[in-house]
Amino acid sequence: MSQSVSERTRIKSDRYESGVIPYAKMGYWDAAYCVKQTDLLALFRITPQHGVDPVEATAAVAGESSTATWTVVWTDLLTACDVYRAKAYRVDPVPSTPGQYFGYVAYEIDLFEEGSLANMTASIIGNVFGFKALKALRLEDMRIPFAYLKTFQGPATGVVVERERMDKFGRPLLGATVKPKLGLSGKNYGRVVFEGLKGGLDFLKDDENINSQAFMRWRERFLYCQEGIQRASAATGEVKGSYLNVTAGTMENVYERAEYAKELGSIIIMIDLVMGYTAIQSIALWARNNDMILHLHRAGNSTYARQKNHGINFRVICKWMRMAGVDHIHAGTVVGKLEGDPLMVKGFYNTLLDVKTFANLPQGIFFAQDWASLRKCMPVASGGIHCGQMHQLLNYLGDDVVLQFGGGTIGHPDGIQAGATANRVALESMVLARNEGRDYLTEGPEILQTAAKLCGPLQTALDLWKGISFNYASTDTSDFSDTATANV
Amino acid sequence: MRLTQGAFSFLPDLTDEQINKQVQYCIEKGWAVNIEWTDDPHPRNTYWDLWGLPLFDIKDPAAVMFELAECRKANPTGYIKMQAFDASIGTESCVHSFIVQRPAFEPGFMLQRMEHEGRFIRYTIVSYATQAAAAGQRY
Repeated sequence: MSQSVSERTRIKSDRYESGVIPYAKMGYWDAAYCVKQTDLLALFRITPQHGVDPVEATAAVAGESSTATWTVVWTDLLTACDVYRAKAYRVDPVPSTPGQYFGYVAYEIDLFEEGSLANMTASIIGNVFGFKALKALRLEDMRIPFAYLKTFQGPATGVVVERERMDKFGRPLLGATVKPKLGLSGKNYGRVVFEGLKGGLDFLKDDENINSQAFMRWRERFLYCQEGIQRASAATGEVKGSYLNVTAGTMENVYERAEYAKELGSIIIMIDLVMGYTAIQSIALWARNNDMILHLHRAGNSTYARQKNHGINFRVICKWMRMAGVDHIHAGTVVGKLEGDPLMVKGFYNTLLDVKTFANLPQGIFFAQDWASLRKCMPVASGGIHCGQMHQLLNYLGDDVVLQFGGGTIGHPDGIQAGATANRVALESMVLARNEGRDYLTEGPEILQTAAKLCGPLQTALDLWKGISFNYASTDTSDFSDTATANV
Repeated sequence: MRLTQGAFSFLPDLTDEQINKQVQYCIEKGWAVNIEWTDDPHPRNTYWDLWGLPLFDIKDPAAVMFELAECRKANPTGYIKMQAFDASIGTESCVHSFIVQRPAFEPGFMLQRMEHEGRFIRYTIVSYATQAAAAGQRY
């Protein structure tokens, strides 16, 4: 026994001897893995660096998003490490896209703290996205197991209760964002809210970057908006609201603004996605406790959701936000000015509204998903849409959606009320025609023209915005769709 | 003013033929249809009076149209609306609602403002009709 103690006790196992061994060999790849009902599943679009084997790349993703580090650590042997290692179990080449692979990874549920989006995402989209062996990485879809979903509140209000509170059924809701988004004084801002609601909208909305700036501090906005809301409600006999943006620099300020909105009698508040997952979960709990509808503006989302090879697909954000507890989320318009392939958008809407989601590759949904009775989250269609597209909007987006016409309301030549009325008449006439069994998608323009004979503001709007469309190819498209999906 | 609750209040009042088509749509969806009436159309008046029970498992719009006619006879001047109910999992709620009769004159609502300290205001909406007369004599 001439060896030193450190030599005598050095670990001799091939697996745990110090050094760098491939992730696949470390136990992060198991092609025969049998997925458990309680596993979280993630599908990544992986673009390995030149010369990196796709299986090894996927195993590395599994490793870096769960227990691994770059080298072997003997302290693994103090844990039930086989359980905690994420398992890459399947790799498929992306159809018609050389160099990219769909890698499937299963995660043990005990890797994640109950009810914490921050904890779950710190693993799934943590260090792994900067991993040098990959050129690019995109989280395409997730299957959140029933058991884990049950630890989340889900939407504070949900579509069904929102409709019951507002007494609005059988048609999409209508909204508009106050424009210009910055610079109006409180009094002028409230005027826009009043005019839009009196003209026939259900909601008006603060924009994402209106918080409490020098030109209009938040109390001014809240007080004048509420005056406009109540006046419009009395003038029409309808329940109405305006999303009061309570986003602020600190959670203390967020709560202060939310409380004030509640005391004034507002039925809805709004937050921005950039406030962060923990803040969103907190205000969602507050919203549930205070009978408040919670609108989320997806500010910041396109920085990571739009490009196809890297980032997070928006359908994953939809899942996370439904778990986090928001009631509204902007989810695309198909025909408007912002990104949105029709099939992809349908997938987002289904993710927000389904009781059970089924796998649907053309819609980009890779996993079946039972939503565990989490309430439905209302999709919001906003950005460059107008009443002349009503038949397409109803066809693509269905009934459970807030259609938001910002420029399409406030830009009306005869004023905001006229713009709002044009939108409401267009919507009601299209829903009526659909329910009567007409081929409203084909006959849409004719249905609108007929309705416009009795509604001057609609005629003006149809003439003004005739032929306006944003017909650009989408960047985020399905890899499995056989059909052309260009915007109509 | 014109009360604009319901899905079609911005359109001309529906004819019976149009109402019949909406009922047909509800039947095809498998929804129950109920008729409700009121003389208190406050935006927060959730519970209008039910005209009988909701009609479940209906096959023919005629059954609903008959009850609508009866309800109109009993309430010739007030508000009547038709609603549809979907009992499927995840919804279990009202899914369609539209006004099928309204008074010739709709006096509307008054907005009351109770001023508090600072610029804080508490709002209450009051119906002129319910203030002016007792139930049954308003329209």
